[in-house]
Amino acid sequence: MTLEYFQNYWWLLISVLGGILVFMLFVQGGQSMIYSLGRKEDQRNLLISTMGSKWELTFTTLVVFGGAMFASFPLFYSTSFGGAYWLWILILFSFVLQAVSYEYRSKSGNIYGTRTYDAFLFFNGLFGCVLLGVAVSMFFFGGHFEVNRNQLLDTASPVISQWCPTHGFEAIFNARNLVLGVAVFFLARTQACLYLLNKLTGSSELVNRLKKKTLVNGGIFVVFFVLFLVLLCTATGYTVTSTDGMTTSVTETPYRYFHNFVGDHWWIGVTLLIGVVIVLFGLYKGCFTNGYQSAVWFTGIGTFLAVAALFWVAGYGDVAFLPSISHPYSSLTIRNASSSLFTLKTMSYVSICIPFVLAYIAYVWRKMETK
Amino acid sequence: MENLSTIVDWSRMQFALTAIYHWLFVPLTLGLSVIMAIMESIYVKNRDEKWLKITKFWMYLFAINFAIGAATGIILEFEFGTNWSNYSWFVGDIFGAPLAIEGIVAFFLEATFGAVMIFGWGKVSPKFHLVATWLTAIGASVSALWILVANAWMQYPAGMEFDPVQMRNVMVDFKALFSPVAINKFLHAVFSGWALAGVFVVGVSCFLLLRKRNRDFAVSSIKVGSWVGLAGLLLTMWTGDGSAVQVAKVQPMKLAAMEGLYHGSSGQGLAVWGIVNPDKQWNNDEPEYLSEISLPHGLSILATHTWDGFVPGITDIINGVSVNAQGDTINTVSYQERIVRGQQAHKALEQYRKAYAAGDKATAETALAALRADYPYFGYAYFNSVDEAIPPVGLTFTMFRVMVFCGSYFILFFIVALLLVYRKNWIDKSKWFYWVAMLSVPLMWLCSQAGWAVAEVGRQPWTVQDLLPTVAGISANQLDSVIITFWIFAVVFALLLVAEVSIMVRFVEKKSKTDILAAGSK
Repeated sequence: MTLEYFQNYWWLLISVLGGILVFMLFVQGGQSMIYSLGRKEDQRNLLISTMGSKWELTFTTLVVFGGAMFASFPLFYSTSFGGAYWLWILILFSFVLQAVSYEYRSKSGNIYGTRTYDAFLFFNGLFGCVLLGVAVSMFFFGGHFEVNRNQLLDTASPVISQWCPTHGFEAIFNARNLVLGVAVFFLARTQACLYLLNKLTGSSELVNRLKKKTLVNGGIFVVFFVLFLVLLCTATGYTVTSTDGMTTSVTETPYRYFHNFVGDHWWIGVTLLIGVVIVLFGLYKGCFTNGYQSAVWFTGIGTFLAVAALFWVAGYGDVAFLPSISHPYSSLTIRNASSSLFTLKTMSYVSICIPFVLAYIAYVWRKMETK
Repeated sequence: MENLSTIVDWSRMQFALTAIYHWLFVPLTLGLSVIMAIMESIYVKNRDEKWLKITKFWMYLFAINFAIGAATGIILEFEFGTNWSNYSWFVGDIFGAPLAIEGIVAFFLEATFGAVMIFGWGKVSPKFHLVATWLTAIGASVSALWILVANAWMQYPAGMEFDPVQMRNVMVDFKALFSPVAINKFLHAVFSGWALAGVFVVGVSCFLLLRKRNRDFAVSSIKVGSWVGLAGLLLTMWTGDGSAVQVAKVQPMKLAAMEGLYHGSSGQGLAVWGIVNPDKQWNNDEPEYLSEISLPHGLSILATHTWDGFVPGITDIINGVSVNAQGDTINTVSYQERIVRGQQAHKALEQYRKAYAAGDKATAETALAALRADYPYFGYAYFNSVDEAIPPVGLTFTMFRVMVFCGSYFILFFIVALLLVYRKNWIDKSKWFYWVAMLSVPLMWLCSQAGWAVAEVGRQPWTVQDLLPTVAGISANQLDSVIITFWIFAVVFALLLVAEVSIMVRFVEKKSKTDILAAGSK
């Protein structure tokens, strides 16, 4: 099997992890509603305990996503993480605060009080979602950076990846990136409402409030997601060709991603469409069908498919998954940013474990929740 | 880039801060998980409620510690990209793999079954819960295995070759990651976690004894904690001995720094105690120590397992006298020459890339051959003088002694603890030991941190031994950004540490006022 095969395979795995991660952000979505949904102390505790039993899965998925990116596409790891420094540091910071807050918030002796930890959870819920959305949006709208491998031989300034001086702030305050960031945020809140509807019984006041919130958050999500799709499909992107992992030509192509959705890679467009339809169906069932509790499964599966399709359209088909606005030849593709054939092949053997990991996680949680 | 060396210093400080902070929690996770698993096994075997309550007590403290350990681990993983981007590209093809495997294979195991262990009481059967507890302990150790494999590879790079087109190293032998250096490092770190957790359990139990309640609880805990701690410590010493021999072979400069040794000899003595002379340089005649007590032949025995084995000092190594992987004394390449050959490697690489781009195969092949010949010294080209290749001697020397002295003390500590709890009523008459045990808890953390300081400070200035110094491994960040994030993390880490310790103290304090093993007590 060729290097290209394994590059495609690992981008597929990255897409799967990305899809799972965005779905699991419902934990963050729930945290962002800690004040609006949990108006009373007992409601807040109920919300936290329901979400709290899943936080480590989101966290672990993020860790694995980072590790997999490092192992399979190290040039992305070094260029994006080292370049968009503030974006990634703020994401990290928000997740660190989350990890301790679930465990500490109700413990005696926590010093800063429950409200402080609740504020940390809100911080992670808001900024974790928006900033991860911004990071994913950069897969399409790019950043200002240059990769020059020869720099390694300049002993006075040996860093090969150079980013613009704002180091990630320009990405955070980019309107197009924020559109996806806001969409991810409201999607996470919608999923959180549907997840809670799935888990909570009784308390009709809370259930009614959840339904209303599903409608409002779901509506805002749809508006921003459609806006993002319009921006994406009308955007000019790069068509990049490579030989032996080195870029040979870069051409600006109008409607690049739209062509990717409907052209040779039509199956990506179909997957996106199926994902979006399933999400909308789940939203409809969750908002308008009385007593229906399984809507989160529809929106979850739909989200997974739609996010995976977005990753595919960013990576497959001679397109750059991290376009460089200032220096197009530095744009990263799955061909020029990947690990070697040997490493990808070796890691592929390890990836066989992933279904088993997912299986035991599902088994364990089923066992935990049957009582 | 603005002031490269200053950015390197701050990046190093930020990484060191995160690593030190992370290692406050990890060894306790590694050791306490094993201790809890043993306690819970006793409960499941005998169905004795006492052991269930003992297990739950320690599990509460474990959960507090686990969350913050996981939180700080993710920062370390991402900091390779945010602060060491050149490193991430230069060796990411090799280094990224163990990190990813750690996530896929170990961290999910640890997190999933850790959640069952913490939240699963009453929701799963006792046997399933016990399996979850053991899997959490195994997951923690497997997680450590991959991280330490990655760390050891940085100190003893193997199984890769340089790709001059991509300008990075690529993996050619996965098995080479599991070098004896890696296995030894893994075992050394994990067993030290057992020892640390043992001291923690004994110290907290002695606090309960001081409060004159919960004697049965405390004595039972001390027995398990001390046996695990003693076993961990003895195994740590055994693997530490192996480490010394390996360091002598693969990182002789680190060993020389650990000893503050500039001029080595056969039958070299070991500085049991000493004050390193701050004015001593590799090329002046100042004495090595201001004061010293030496054990004759000690270092030769430690580093070579022979009475008269030769151990080179810093000056010897710089001048090209060293030992090879078989432990033989050899004349090798002096550091001055290494710098020259590193520069030759850079020049050959430049020629290769020009020829490759121009399609001049003959010139490219010649340049590649020259590059391969000098590549082992590639990283030395980033130095202006040999002084830059010497690790901080004073800190490495001091930390090594802190580690060894504390480690030796804890052997005695565990033996005394076991003696007191197995002799009838001795523990009740030994109030002095309660205080000793409690005061020993922070000492154990100091010992553990000192061990890492020796390993990491002693290998400076390298991120990847001989190939990439820290100065060439960093990200092109702005100095202000790194300074700001350093202080943000420093403040947040400090605040969270205070909260963590406070929650633990409050819990133990509260429990000390109740009968933990009493019927109806949870």
